[in-house]
Order: sequence, then structure tokens, then C-alpha cells
Amino acid sequence: MPKRFFVGSRKGLFPVERTATGWSIGQPSFLGDPVSIVLPDRRDGTLYAALPLGHFGVKLRRSADGGQTWDECSVPQYARVPDAETAGLTAEGEAGQSPAGPSLEEIWALEGGGSDRPGQLWCGTIPGGLFHSEDCGDSWRLVESLWDMPQRDNWFGGGKDHPGIHSVCVDPRNSDHVTVGVSCGGIWQTQDAGRSWALRADGMRAAYMPPDRAFDPTIQDPHLIVQCRDEPDQFWVQHHNGIFRSDDNCASWTECDQATPSGFGFAVAVHPQDSRRAWFVPAVKDECRVPVDGRLVVTTTADGGETFRSLSAGLPDEPAWDIVFRHALAIDDSGECLVMGSSTGGLWVSEDAGESWACLSSHLPQIYCVRFE
Amino acid sequence: MPRVSFTPNLNRHLDCPTAHVVAATLGETLEAVFAGNPRLRGYVLDDQGAIRRHVAVFVDNKPVVDRVNQSDPVRADSEVFVMQALSGG
Repeated sequence: MPKRFFVGSRKGLFPVERTATGWSIGQPSFLGDPVSIVLPDRRDGTLYAALPLGHFGVKLRRSADGGQTWDECSVPQYARVPDAETAGLTAEGEAGQSPAGPSLEEIWALEGGGSDRPGQLWCGTIPGGLFHSEDCGDSWRLVESLWDMPQRDNWFGGGKDHPGIHSVCVDPRNSDHVTVGVSCGGIWQTQDAGRSWALRADGMRAAYMPPDRAFDPTIQDPHLIVQCRDEPDQFWVQHHNGIFRSDDNCASWTECDQATPSGFGFAVAVHPQDSRRAWFVPAVKDECRVPVDGRLVVTTTADGGETFRSLSAGLPDEPAWDIVFRHALAIDDSGECLVMGSSTGGLWVSEDAGESWACLSSHLPQIYCVRFE
Repeated sequence: MPRVSFTPNLNRHLDCPTAHVVAATLGETLEAVFAGNPRLRGYVLDDQGAIRRHVAVFVDNKPVVDRVNQSDPVRADSEVFVMQALSGG
């Protein structure tokens, strides 16, 4: 059983520890500041937290003592566009004018670069750049091979003003193999540590596009991608238009359309040992984004998406309007313990693979992400 | 020498005491401060060097005009305030 997880919220980062009497929410770091992503890096024990400060830009903080003290890392930075290319343009977002060039808007994914590469990090951002660090975040390099792909012209924002990379899956068999998800820009995969990329979204369907472009892989909106740790050719995606599964390392995708009460959602978790088992948190698509009929449930499959069950024991009996964002559902190494946090500050833990849930709080700030240590 | 002061809200994140610098424009003013406090740049300017959307800058009580290149002139006795905008919270 895990001993600790972290909750990144609209108003700070909360540690949650398992004590002899149960789970206990600790004192927050960064009280008052948003925390979009947290990464407890098991390779060296470093804890990272990304803070999209509303006024002063995105910051990345790092702790070597489990969150007791923090220092500031560098953040990914986009190169300045030469003045000649920006003549007549105003500052970023001002008065609705075009931005003069890209600026970091959010750190939307942060992952270790593989168990054999301590200190290496991948960082997915809005407005769509993937960055790599080889020094624990002291410096960052834009992965230009992906940024320069001509298909990036087709990308667009999904729920955000600009496209973003929210998922980075490093293959446990080979750290050179990395899969990233883009909202909205499909799924991209490298086999050579980012030197070259292939688009891997065949089979996905986008109902938000004109019919002739519904299966265009360059505009798909995977909300989150997860890779099974012990069966790494097996992936799940909670997509804007449903649940998709790949059993061939993303070469092809199959829609699993039997999920009830809905196939729409943001989060997905896969069992680390058994790729047939996965969990989702359904909602009404897509302009509404509330639980179906006001009932917060978790959907699970144990047979690779052939059938699904709704799990609700311990979740609210009364009408609930909680949404679980894409990074706010997590599973531990055993596959038995899950945690999820909601848009209205609800936090639940299950220690029996989702069959029953315990509410740890209904009054936290809006929750953006949860992650086991 | 123009004097530049920063919102106390920034002190939650880093030290940025009031400074006196030699400068003829707002851009030169900020650059002079950043030279001694490099981390501060990313709190005030975006990646393209423009003033962040939700940072408000005043020169002698007037909001800055050129938020992209900060070409607004400053005088030897100018007061520059870098504030947290009420938007963006």
C-alpha cells in the first residue's frame, strides 16, 4: 500500500499520508498558488511542482526533502521571434490581438526520462512544445523535431486557447521510445529519443470536425494517454469522442463504445500489471461537462473494453457536479489503490481497485492533479 | 535616476527591492534591474520580451503604452511601478 500521494490544486499542493488510522491531508505548499502538475521523481527522490501563476507566468519548483523546502528551477522557454516578423503585433493576448510569438502558458505534463536516465525530464507544454532537460530542470531544450513537424499547423486548442501536450509515456523497455498526446493534435511517438517522430492516431474519430476529416489523425483530441507498465504495447486513451485502446504500441486504435453512462471524460488509469483493466470517470459530453444525471461514478473494464461496470460505492449519493480532470485520477503500483480529485474539491481514495471509495475531503480547492509518491 | 518599485506580491516568490537605475526608457530601466536580479525577468516579461498580460506597469502614474518593446521614455526623476493587475487572479 502506498504511503503518500500529492494533490495539486487551484490553491496549493497538499500532501496526503497514510497513517495508522487512515489517510491524512497535510499542510499545503504554495498556499494560494495554482499547481498544475506534480512529479515525485522516484529515481532520486526529487519532488517537482509546476505553478502557472496567474500574473507572473509559469514557474517550476523542486524539493529535495519531500516538500519541506523548495527552490526554483528554470522553466521551458520559447525562442524570441525576430522583431521583423512581429511588426505591428501587440503583446501576448492583449486586446485580443495575435500574440507576437509563443510563450509558455502552462506546464501540462512532466515525466522522468526513464529509470536508466536519472535527472532527465520530459515536459509537455501549452502552446504545444515538448521540452527535454538533462539536469533536473536546471535547463531545458525545445524538441524542435516535433515542433517543426508540418502537421503542427493543424493543431488547435481543446478547452484551452492553444494546443498542448498533456501526456508523455516513456516505454519502460527502452527510454528512447516516448509517446506524447496533444490536445488537439493526435498522438506522436519517437523511437530515437526525440530525433524523429511518427503520428500514431489511426482509428481515432473526431465528431467535432467536418465528416470528411473525422478520422484525420492530425486533429484528434486524446484527453489523456496511459501505457501499461508491464505490457507496454498496450495503451488506453480517454479521447474527446470516447474510449480508445491500442494493443500494438499505438499503430492502430479501436474504439470501446460499450461504456456507460458515457464514453466522454478526461481521466484514465490502467492497471500496471493487467492491461485489460482500466478506469475512467464519465461525464456528459462535451459542452456540458458534468456527471451524467448528476451521479458521480467511476467506470471500469476488466476485459480490455468489451464490457464496463459503473462503480459508485462511497461516492456521493446526492446530486454531484464534480468533474475529474485528466491528471486527477491515479493508480498505485499494486493496481489496488486509486485516488481521484475533482473540480469542486472532492478527494476520494479506493483501496480495493475502485470497488469502494472513501471521501477524504469535500472542501479542498479545485483539484488539477493527483500523483502517488 | 529613475526609481523602480515592485508590488509586494512578488516578494512571495523572490526579492525585488526598490532600485535606482540609469535609463532613458522603460525597457532600459527593466534591463538594468534584471541585470542584478535575473530571475525577475520571467516574472515581469513573457518569452517574447513583452510585459506579461496581467502585470501592470506605470511610469509617472500613467500606464505604459508600449508593452511589447517598453519604449516609453523615463526621466531622471521618473517613478516606475510594476504592479499585479487585478485581472489574471
